Amino acid sequence: MSKSVYMDNNATTYLKKEVLDAMMPYYTDIYGNASSKFYAVGREAEQALYKLREKAAKLLGAANVNEIYFTGSGCEADNWAIKGVANAYKRKGNHIITSKIEHHAILGACEYLEKHGFEVTYLDVDEYGRVSPEAVEAAIKDNTVLISIMTANNEIGTIEPIKEIAEVAKKHKIVFHTDAVQAIGHMPINVRDLGVDMLSVSAHKFHGPKGVGLLYIKNGVRIDNLIHGGGQERGKRAATENLAGIAGLVKALEIAVENLDKNVEIMRDKRDKLIKGIQEKIPYCRLNGPVGDDRLCNNVNFSFQYVEGESILMMLDMNGVAASSGSACASGSLDPSHVLLAIGLPHEIAHGSLRLSVGEDTTDNDVDYIIEVLPPIIQRLRDMSPLYEDFLKGENK
Amino acid sequence: MYSEKVMDHFAHPRNVGEIENANAVGLVGNAKCGDIMKIYMDIQDNIIKDVKFKTFGCGAAIATSSMATEMVKGKTVEEALELTNKAVMEALDGLPAEKIHCSVLAEEAIRDAIEDYRKRQNA
Repeated sequence: MSKSVYMDNNATTYLKKEVLDAMMPYYTDIYGNASSKFYAVGREAEQALYKLREKAAKLLGAANVNEIYFTGSGCEADNWAIKGVANAYKRKGNHIITSKIEHHAILGACEYLEKHGFEVTYLDVDEYGRVSPEAVEAAIKDNTVLISIMTANNEIGTIEPIKEIAEVAKKHKIVFHTDAVQAIGHMPINVRDLGVDMLSVSAHKFHGPKGVGLLYIKNGVRIDNLIHGGGQERGKRAATENLAGIAGLVKALEIAVENLDKNVEIMRDKRDKLIKGIQEKIPYCRLNGPVGDDRLCNNVNFSFQYVEGESILMMLDMNGVAASSGSACASGSLDPSHVLLAIGLPHEIAHGSLRLSVGEDTTDNDVDYIIEVLPPIIQRLRDMSPLYEDFLKGENK
Repeated sequence: MYSEKVMDHFAHPRNVGEIENANAVGLVGNAKCGDIMKIYMDIQDNIIKDVKFKTFGCGAAIATSSMATEMVKGKTVEEALELTNKAVMEALDGLPAEKIHCSVLAEEAIRDAIEDYRKRQNA
């Protein structure tokens, strides 16, 4: 196998060399514990941590440096936002509003809270995956304490109307969290412009390291402590800081923000070429998610009728292409993707989904290669499919 | 995740297709669950002279269909009925736990085809 094309940038991205270079000194030279202030190498770590936090705050548009809380992942940031706010406000109310297409980190935390006396409204989305701000407002009750809607969907790329939803939340004085894990590096993110109270970030989605994320928590929002045992992160998340990881996150964020316009243009171009090529070459397919500016610049998601997603992935892999699918087999559960079901796809169409997510380094050559190898794969699987056979017989009647 | 045998049967499935004028057709699974297997047989003098399959499903579903058809080809109807999902799995050097149902489906598809054959004989 000669050619290798990575088309799963919504899953994770490679670590940039410059990011790794920014991390290394914190493993080998500035290895002190940032809480050990009575000697030089500890103080150096403490000062470095402050500067990194300051930079992250600036890059995200936070008003204060102390609104940035580093975490061990995007999932952790999401879990903390949901459970931490729900518990801190439970004397005020026990109702949470979210959507049916959130990441499992949000849905799982909400389901956990439901078992502990909370009530959760999972809002429907339209056929493109859009949450309506009017529906959010209509779902608000006297006991609503938290709204959480993702900035952009990881499977079908829907960009949600976060500003409008934030206004609704503000009007009703309800804490608003957004999971921006897929959005960073793919669209401008400024917490004050968006008007959100909390926002989750994960470094490895924009060429940073795995195992580090952050949660922006606007001053004034109450949240329960996540990890007990030390004064780190203002006493809210104990644990010796992963300084190298944090340095990697901040460096990757800096590069992503500085190059945003250029990168978005590249990814949008590759995305649109992929969509166009697939639509031209493969019949009986459906683009899942919105088109144009309402779609994440790097996400492509198609359903191919009469075939199953895992088989597509395996055949793509044999051709050196890394991609993902929302089929039940690919998701490791009995049901296909909750996102595809929420936009109204029947199970059999959802099973035949394929997500291709481009990166800033994706070339026209890569796109052409996909458009060359994918159509025969789909045709081969269709030729093996009893559903396609039935379809053809129906056509010939 | 998959054994080399599974990958081989997925990449080069044996007995894919339809048999025109088949005297036994089995159809199991449903699109909702993401697996459908259709098996065609040409049974002459109680012997499965030819067998073909079409499958909508994951890699394991295709590989088990391929292996199961290989295992019953040339066998008597009674021998084919003795085919178990375990035997199919073993022949494929195992399947991941979440894919065992695919081998069950293959066993059921063979049985369904033979049931269809017997119904036709008695009709």
